[in-house]
Amino acid sequence: MAVQSLSGSSLAYVQARQSEPLPPPSLMRGPIAWIRQSLFSSVSNTILTLVVLYLLYLVVPPVLRFAIVDAVWTGADRAACREDMVGHPVGACWAFVVDRIGYFTYGAYPVPERWRVNVWFAMLALGVVWMLWLRAPRRDIGAAYFFVVFPVASFILLTGWGAVGLEPVSTAFWGGILVTLLVSVIGIVFSLPFGILLALGRRSKLPVVRLASVIFIEVIRGVPLITVLIMANTMLPLFLPAGVTVDRLLRPLVGVAIFSAAYMAEVVRGGLQAVPKGQYEGAMSLGLGYWRMMVLIVLPQALRIVIPGIVNTFIGLFKDTSLVYVIGVFDLMKTIESARIDPIWAAPTVSNTGYAFAALFYFVCCFGMSRYSLMVERKLAAGQKR
Amino acid sequence: MSTIARAPEPAKASLVNDPKVRGLVYQAVLVVVVVGLVWAAATNAVENLRAAKIASGFAFLNSTSGFDIGQTLIPYSATSTYGRAFLVGLLNTLLVAAIGVVLATLLGFVLGVARLSSNWIVARVATVYVEVVRNLPLLLQLLFWYIAVLRSLPEPRASVNPGLGVFLNNRGLFVPKPIVEGHAWIVFAAVVIGIVASIAYATAASRKQTRTGEQSPVLLVALGLVIGVPALLWIVLAVVAGNPIDFDMPIKGTFNLRGGLQIFPELVALTLGLVIYTAAFIAEIVRAGILAVSKGQTEAAHALGLRSGPTLRLVVIPQAMRVIIPPLTSQYLNLTKNSSLAVVIGYPDLVQVFMGTVLNQTGQAIECVAITMAVYLTVSIATASLMNAYNSRMALIER
Repeated sequence: MAVQSLSGSSLAYVQARQSEPLPPPSLMRGPIAWIRQSLFSSVSNTILTLVVLYLLYLVVPPVLRFAIVDAVWTGADRAACREDMVGHPVGACWAFVVDRIGYFTYGAYPVPERWRVNVWFAMLALGVVWMLWLRAPRRDIGAAYFFVVFPVASFILLTGWGAVGLEPVSTAFWGGILVTLLVSVIGIVFSLPFGILLALGRRSKLPVVRLASVIFIEVIRGVPLITVLIMANTMLPLFLPAGVTVDRLLRPLVGVAIFSAAYMAEVVRGGLQAVPKGQYEGAMSLGLGYWRMMVLIVLPQALRIVIPGIVNTFIGLFKDTSLVYVIGVFDLMKTIESARIDPIWAAPTVSNTGYAFAALFYFVCCFGMSRYSLMVERKLAAGQKR
Repeated sequence: MSTIARAPEPAKASLVNDPKVRGLVYQAVLVVVVVGLVWAAATNAVENLRAAKIASGFAFLNSTSGFDIGQTLIPYSATSTYGRAFLVGLLNTLLVAAIGVVLATLLGFVLGVARLSSNWIVARVATVYVEVVRNLPLLLQLLFWYIAVLRSLPEPRASVNPGLGVFLNNRGLFVPKPIVEGHAWIVFAAVVIGIVASIAYATAASRKQTRTGEQSPVLLVALGLVIGVPALLWIVLAVVAGNPIDFDMPIKGTFNLRGGLQIFPELVALTLGLVIYTAAFIAEIVRAGILAVSKGQTEAAHALGLRSGPTLRLVVIPQAMRVIIPPLTSQYLNLTKNSSLAVVIGYPDLVQVFMGTVLNQTGQAIECVAITMAVYLTVSIATASLMNAYNSRMALIER
């Protein structure tokens, strides 16, 4: 009955009679068959393929010509990168980046003291590898190193301390990749512990604690980073007693730490919610108090789950550190902005070369991190499979 | 003589170990610390402001600003008040956010579907786009669009002219400006009536389809009502009473373009940057949403005889939307918040005008920061609650 009434009506999408059998499938293997199948399987697909190929033709050759074919690799000043002086079209002026790489890396950090920054980079790499390599030995010592020893050591190393024979270097001279990494590292070093506390506060049974955490998290997440940075820049000196000055570099660091803590709190909260209730109950039945339950049972599981989330937040933070540019801190973007308008290197393609260099740096860092977080995600998923 | 066996009293815990007492103590400590910090900050601020001879309060909103703003949606001049400047900045922020949200959604959906395309090259190109754009800071992209692309466009004399009275040069994008005269309201009224009538028709058509299974040409009828009828009216009016909507075409002069509607390069760059950046994130959300719809749904639709277009439109997307909407909301909010990067390229948005110029001129940092943050918070909360309402309407109704 139902079938009859269905075939009787004129539904456009139900065929009333059997269609002709399709022809047998053509050759399914080999490169030509693959091209036909994946690029030209139908008229609309063919049109799409042609349109995309045309777009690629518009974009790729000019980019390659700019970055490699017409690029200038060596030179001492603008003469090397000016079309009217070298007599052929000039693409990227990599000579400019080569010449200024010290500035882009260290800012105006005094040249004889730059080894200290290099040592700092090495210490940072050690800490990052120790934390991120899932099978590294003694990761608890690694955590203590990264969150306690490393910040103190960096402070002494970079600002200098007369007692150990390190020349003091004012933060006004710091710049470039050093500052970009420093701001991001401060962000992560402070945001993780504070984020965990805020997340615990948000899930706490104590109403005042919960309310305070929710207000902090939601207000900070509801406003743009720039406003937090400008607030830290203009209002921090106002809120401190007269006579106390805050370092120009410290202000954005406070802003970034506050901002990333709020975002980290939400990531950690996701992990806390993903830990099964039985784990909490099991811990309580063993007689553990709140802090021991959290530190010994819940957080180790929760944090493991949210490693990809933490890395993704960190990628966002790493990109967002470029905003300190707005309040006049010499991070990588600011050094490029100030170097590209330098008359010594006044050539038409210098700006684009600077941006290309920054793009390369950020892309390598962020893409690497995102691959890492994908890898961890896959590993964790494999562990969960039964 | 019988002794009554009494249950032993539970051992009295000392007050130090009573969780309730502990909770109260913790909360009291937190309140004391927060109040103390705020109080210390407030007293310091009052003292510092007095020392720097900066007034406090919101009276400055009524005083003359004395600076000009390049792009305004409402009349504004240097003699307007700071309050007016605030409005200008707010409207500019909302303008770029509105344009950005619409365009980023369109581009993001196209890219998200393209990433799942069976066409190898389309999928690859979309993947490369997403990976490259997502991994570069927005600030860098904005500087690129503004300085490397728009600032290096030719001078007005050598404007790029793709036709239809559109000109592109280093002073911005010039498009024909519609001038509304006389009987134009009839055309606009017709558009509004057309929209209302189309919605009514679509509702009736879907009711009819659930009742009888018959489909109606909703799209054609709607197009006719919204575009066809007003266009017809326009032509009739033009013949009878003179052209009701005229276009002021930009005309190339010796040094500059005259007439037309000038869209400043800052707005173009900011919109481009925001749309391209946010679309990459939306594409990932759309892709995840579509992948979240189980393959059985697609196969069942194919088994019913639906082709891939209707399958996507009628079966997959409605289910994917449930997964897509919550993260999509936060992308819209991100776009709105990211529009504050306008300050880098000098587009007069709320942050640039109010936290930049006004704050520097008046020195009233606390008031300016508080107002700006309150605006973003309001926008965030309003968008979030709107989207939540939509989300609960779309949510799966379980038995």
